[in-house]
Formats: sequence, structure tokens, C-alpha cells
Amino acid sequence: MNNSKVVSSIKEAVKLAGVKDGMTISFHHHLRNGDYVLNMVLEAIAELGIKDLNVNASSVFDTHEPLIGHIKNHVVTGLEADYIGGVVGRAISHGVLEKPVVFRTHGGRPADIELGRSPIDVAFVAAPTSDTMGNCSGKYGKSACGSLGYAFADAMFAKKVVVITDNLVPYPLADFSISEAYVDYVVPVESIGNPAGIVSGTTKITRDPVGLVMAQYAAKVIEHSGLLKDGMSFQTGAGGASLAAAKYLKDIMLEKGIKGSYGLGGITSYMVDMLQAGCFEALLDVQCFDLGAVESIRTNPRHREVTAAHYASPAVRSSAVDSLDVVILGATQIDTDFNVNVHTDSNGYIMGGSGGHSDTAAGAKLAMIIAPLTRARLSIVVDHVLTVSTPGSTIDVLVTQRGIAVNPKRQELKERLQQAGLPIVEIEELKRIAEQLTGTPKPIHLGDRVVANVLYRDGSLLDTIKSVD
Amino acid sequence: MRRSMLFMPGNNAGMLLNADILGADAVILDLEDAVSPAEKDAARILVRNAIQTLHYQCEVCVRINSIDTAFWKQDLDAILPLKPSLIMPPKISTAQDVLTVDAYMTELEDKLGMERNTVKLIPLIETALGVENAFAIASSSPRVAAMLLGGEDLTADLQCKRTKEGNEIFYSRSRIVVAARAAGIDCYDTPFTDVNDDEGLRADAAFAKSLGFTGKSSISPRHVASINEIFSPTQADIEYAEEVMETIRIAKEQGKGVVSLRGKMIDAPIVTRARQVLEMAEAMGVRIHE
Amino acid sequence: MEIKKAAVAGTMESSDVYVEIQPADGVTVEIQSVVAQQFGEDIDRVVREVLSDHGVTGAKVSLNDKGAVECVIRARVETAIRRGEGGDAQ
Repeated sequence: MNNSKVVSSIKEAVKLAGVKDGMTISFHHHLRNGDYVLNMVLEAIAELGIKDLNVNASSVFDTHEPLIGHIKNHVVTGLEADYIGGVVGRAISHGVLEKPVVFRTHGGRPADIELGRSPIDVAFVAAPTSDTMGNCSGKYGKSACGSLGYAFADAMFAKKVVVITDNLVPYPLADFSISEAYVDYVVPVESIGNPAGIVSGTTKITRDPVGLVMAQYAAKVIEHSGLLKDGMSFQTGAGGASLAAAKYLKDIMLEKGIKGSYGLGGITSYMVDMLQAGCFEALLDVQCFDLGAVESIRTNPRHREVTAAHYASPAVRSSAVDSLDVVILGATQIDTDFNVNVHTDSNGYIMGGSGGHSDTAAGAKLAMIIAPLTRARLSIVVDHVLTVSTPGSTIDVLVTQRGIAVNPKRQELKERLQQAGLPIVEIEELKRIAEQLTGTPKPIHLGDRVVANVLYRDGSLLDTIKSVD
Repeated sequence: MRRSMLFMPGNNAGMLLNADILGADAVILDLEDAVSPAEKDAARILVRNAIQTLHYQCEVCVRINSIDTAFWKQDLDAILPLKPSLIMPPKISTAQDVLTVDAYMTELEDKLGMERNTVKLIPLIETALGVENAFAIASSSPRVAAMLLGGEDLTADLQCKRTKEGNEIFYSRSRIVVAARAAGIDCYDTPFTDVNDDEGLRADAAFAKSLGFTGKSSISPRHVASINEIFSPTQADIEYAEEVMETIRIAKEQGKGVVSLRGKMIDAPIVTRARQVLEMAEAMGVRIHE
Repeated sequence: MEIKKAAVAGTMESSDVYVEIQPADGVTVEIQSVVAQQFGEDIDRVVREVLSDHGVTGAKVSLNDKGAVECVIRARVETAIRRGEGGDAQ
């Protein structure tokens, strides 16, 4: 038996793993916009003359722009992701890929991988630290990213697994995340990513006064929702207003002496502060957003790494979103039925994706959207969203700076918030207020071609995204 | 009645869109210091259009340029027809300064067929001479509804350093309050300029309230919530005021002349203060327990 | 009003519009906008309306719009006109 899985180059690993025309290869996105690995692997594959690959990446960022070239050269002919940033998204919207992109959610992806609906031939796992047998972790090394949550399903269910690291350590790496049991090859490289793009030095609370007003409303909605009590669980996004809401919530929890149970999701140093201040018993972390979070997951046993399946999969016995009380989410559009779009911009271009949006909305007792009523002369509230990313039936509250709308099916919540003196208005009224300011927009023209299919977390088709001419 | 008055730069389109949702009881749309000389025309037209079409949900005040510039009449020409609640003329040092602005406003109101004194004045006192003339300014015209103290320019004029503690403006603050109250008008305190020092702001606002100011101005939306809180009557204030009014009512019914509450005789000033607290609470929409 | 010289107004900040005006025979309006699809025609109509309200019959107007609402567009175009005709703005 070989006592080292180390191979000399990515190209070597690609050959050994048997990557062939038409196969599916996968990537995870913990290195976010600093990731070098997806580009390095595709370059090696292109040089080897392999074609017609299906790429399943948990997310695609702007740094993955070379992917567009590989698509044009037919090295890549299929793309599956939970999120696609604006640069690659624009090319997809213009129809660079013949086959429609498959969008999943962060919970739906590991479910489909586990259930065999989305099989992976070779998984490439970017690992900030790995030993020679492939025990690997995101907590250590110059490219540390903290949690490796999204990579577990790939490692566990792909036919072959290649770990790529820029910090090879002697066997065994005791504090591993992904075990050697799943790993076939380990490739040491000079660098797996640009630290500046992997995690922010610090994520910052917004200084935008409108964002702060919305954040205060959001915290008050939680305060008066009936859910603010000992044992409350909470998730919030890394956007400025969402973080500010977490800060205001922290103040309220400390003032009232409330001890929550867990904070979930992508974790920032604000959530770490809440943990340390006693607002939570634990953090369940599928992805770290800043250095404070990376430091915390490395040193604090109450800050736990969770897999994407544990985070949000509908196919496991239970996942953390099932026990979630409150989630704060963003939106590029929300319609009067509370359906939310986070996939396309106002002109129809792909510039995002569900991530955990629809998973957490489905699980949480209170799913709250926080968004300014207008952005660049466009109302956030529309008659019909361009793309349904998250069904309105799972969204409870919309917070804007000019009022708070409650889903009509949550009558009791609406009354609670009204009694608390919060500015509750109908969502149609918010649309009216917005359009009084902006005017009525003309509908945009979209192409006829379907460039992406949006799958809901259960694998069903939620919506399609049309091309932009 | 206002607790907070928030300055907003007049030439910033994005900020004007949301000026009214930042929690301030009044916004001061600024055509003066926040606008560079080359953009005075642009800001004037933008603020005019904003007031005309944006349906602000809070009270609107416009700070025009001072009467020693070429701009102030054009400012009034553009803004007055839109009937903002208040016009703030800066660097007011004498009663005559007020009368100059007042006369031009009256002329405009007559020309436009508006009722006279529709638009009130809130002179900005920010010179040593202005402080010394505070009562004359406050009582110069029925149009004067309030005064605002401007600490930054004032300390320059006083040739002293503006500090966080504000000992250098203590006399001026007291003088403004006394003058305003003697003339029966409201008075507002100078902004606290350290945007990041919330503790300092709260202490400064509480001190201003203790001197008798009606409210406080601000240059940062982040200060508004604290200012509102500090200048609102507390639940205890409201409850006590209600008790006072109830005791008086019962005493009247029973024909008693002298009454006491919690061992203290209720005299006319206590009743007046109680009435003010309740009026304020009602104006602020502060919930009153039945 | 006659446009006698080239003038600019507004800014490139979000929710604002940058307007350039210059003397010309007849009226031409060029619009670059982040909401061109939704409001392009509307912006064109508003610009021509402001020009006509000020009696401007000869001008080339270019807008770089960052999502300004109508009252802002009207303000910036009016400012550019007043600057271009050389007089004082009201």
C-alpha cells in the first residue's frame, strides 16, 4: 500500500483520476473570489485536450472569468452551481453555453449528489492545509478559509477525489475536516488562492443611514415576533444591512438577558461577537466570511464546522435549517406574492443565485427580507419577479425603509408587529409608494432561449431564466 | 414640536430621496455650507424639485445662504412658494438681519397671493453679536418660531477652541435658551460633530435638555435616535404629569384651593410643566397609558 | 432661452444624472442610462419637456443617468440650461 497520495502536478492528478471527455468534475467555493483552483484545474484539463466536461461548482465568482473561454472552446459544455457572479453570469445570459445552467440551492446540491441525481466523477477539493494522505482542513495555512462545509458531499460521493493544497503537512493532520478515507490524490501547489479575495479582513456594518434604519426595523421585528426568547436560533447574511441588524439584535438580547441556542450559516465576526457575548451557545458554520470567523472556528470548540448537508439538505434526517427560528435575507426583487429573486438583475442578467436563501426561508419560523424600497430608480417590489429564486409561501416579512410588509398568511405575526407600533403596510402599498417615486417602468425584453433552470431544494423545477439579447 | 433637526446636503440627489425616513422630526435641507459656491444654483433647483415632488413625511426646513451673499434672495424666490415649515437664515446677528429676510419673505408672499407669515423663520445664531442680541432677534418678528445655536462658527468668532465638553459655549447656550423662552419661542442646540461618539452625543444632548433646549440639531443620521430618545418625555414624566392633572381636576371638583401630590404642593409652575409634558408626549406620539 | 455656451450639471453618483448641453440647431437628446430599458423613453420625454418649458429650441443634450428619478432629471437639465444660456438660475 502506498503511504503517500502526493502527486507532482494537477495535470498528473487529472490523468491519474481518469478525467475523460463528457465527465462531471466538481469544485467548492470557500476560497470565494480569491480561488485559483478552478482555473488551474480547467487550464490543465484544456492542455490535456479533454473536452465536453460538466462543471459542478458550489459557486462561481468573478475570478472564474477564464471559465468563459473554456466554454467557448467546448472544454466545458455544462455548468451547475448554486450561485454565479456577474461576470460569468453575463456571458451565460448572452448564451455562451448551449446547455442550460443548472442552479441548485446550498441544501439541494448535497441532496442531489447524495441521492445520485447529480453524480460527480472527479471532485477537486481546494484545501488550505492537507497531510500527505489527504486529511485536510480549511482552518490552517496561508490560505485559511475556515469551514470546508460545501466540499464534504463532493468528497464523500465523487468517484475520485483530488485534494489540492498550498500547505502540505506530515501525516497525520489531527484536526482534519475531510478525512483521508475519501481522498485519492493530493497535489501540492504554490498557492491555491489570493488571501485578499478568500476572506475579508473585516466585514463591515453598513454606514449607509438607510441601511441602518432598515436594520433597526429588522431587529424590532425579531424583538416583537414572539421568537425572541431563550433558545432562539438565528442566521443573517453578510450584507451591510443584515450585519447591522445582527448588531442591533445583539444589543436587544444583551439588554433583555436572552440566551439563544445557535447562530447558523455563513459566519462573520459579528456572529462570533454574539457567541462570545453569550447570545448563542454555538455557531454552526458552513462558510467563514472574515478573519475573525476563521480564527474563532480554529480556536473555539463551540464554533463548529457543519457540512452543507447538515446545514440545509432536505434529503438528510434533519438539517440545521429545520430548527432555525429567524433568518434575515436579501433580495434583488420581491413580488406582491412575496416571491423573491436573487438570481437576475433588473435587466435579466444572471448575477447571483439561491445559495442558502430558499433553504433557510423554508426552514425558518421567521424568514425576513431586508432591502431598500428602490435601487437606482427601480422598485424592489414588483408584480412578478423576473426569476423565482425563493417561493413567496416561505417568506414572512419584507423590511424596507418606508414600511414593513407581512405575508397575509401570517396574520398573527402582523398583529403582533402592529401592536408594537412598527410601520406595517401592505406589500402592494409599498409598490405604490416606490412607483410614485420612480414612475412605472416599462417591461424589459428577454430572449426566448432558456439559459438556466432554477431547481428548488427538493429538485423540482422552480423557474427558468431566459437569455438577454 | 421637534426633538431632532437633521441637516442634509442640498445637492446630493441620493440623500434627498430618503431624507424623511431617518427618524428626524425635521430635516434641514442645506443650501449654505454643504454646497460649494459653484453648485449653489444646482442645489437650489434640486431642493426646490425635491420638496415639490417627494412628499416628505417629516417637517421641512431649508437653510438659505446668508444675507451678505448674492444667493439668499434667489434661494427664497425658489423655495418660499413651496411653503416649507421653516426657513433658516444663517449668521443672524441683529434684529435688523431678521427684518431684512422677513421683509423679502412678506414681499414674496404678497406677490404669490400667500397668506403672510405662512413660512416661519428659525434664525441661526452663530456670531458673538448674535448671542448678545438673542432676545432682540427672538422677539423681532412674529415670523420667528425658534432659534438654533451654531457652535462651530460661534467659537471661531469667539476666538476659542470648540471642544467636546463645550464649556466654551455654555454661556451662549444659556443665553439662547433664556432669550427664546423669554420671547416664547423654541430653541435648538448645536450639532454634536463627532459622528462616531455615541456616548459623547448622549451626554451632550442630555446637557442641552437640562438647560432647557427644545431639541437638538444633528449632522449625522446616526445621532437622531438618541436625540429623539433624550428629548422625549419619559414614561415616568408622563405618568407624573397625568397624576398632576388628575389631582388638580379632583381638587377643583371638591373646591379645594391648595392641593399636594406625593407630599409636595402643586403650584402653577408644576401644572404648566405637566401640561407641557403631556402636549409634548401627544405631539411625539409617545404612547400614554390609560 | 437660447443656449449660448456648453454647460454641465449633475454628478455621476448613484440616483443622480450628469447632463451636458451645447448649442445646436434643433434639439437632440442622447441618453445613457442604467435603466434605459425601463425608463429610456420617459427620460427622453422629460428632457424635451424641460427644454420646451424654457423655450430652448436649439440644443444638444447628453445624459449619463445613474438611476435618477424624474424630479432630479428635471432639476439637472434645468440647471444645465440656465448655465448654458449664461444667466443666473432662479
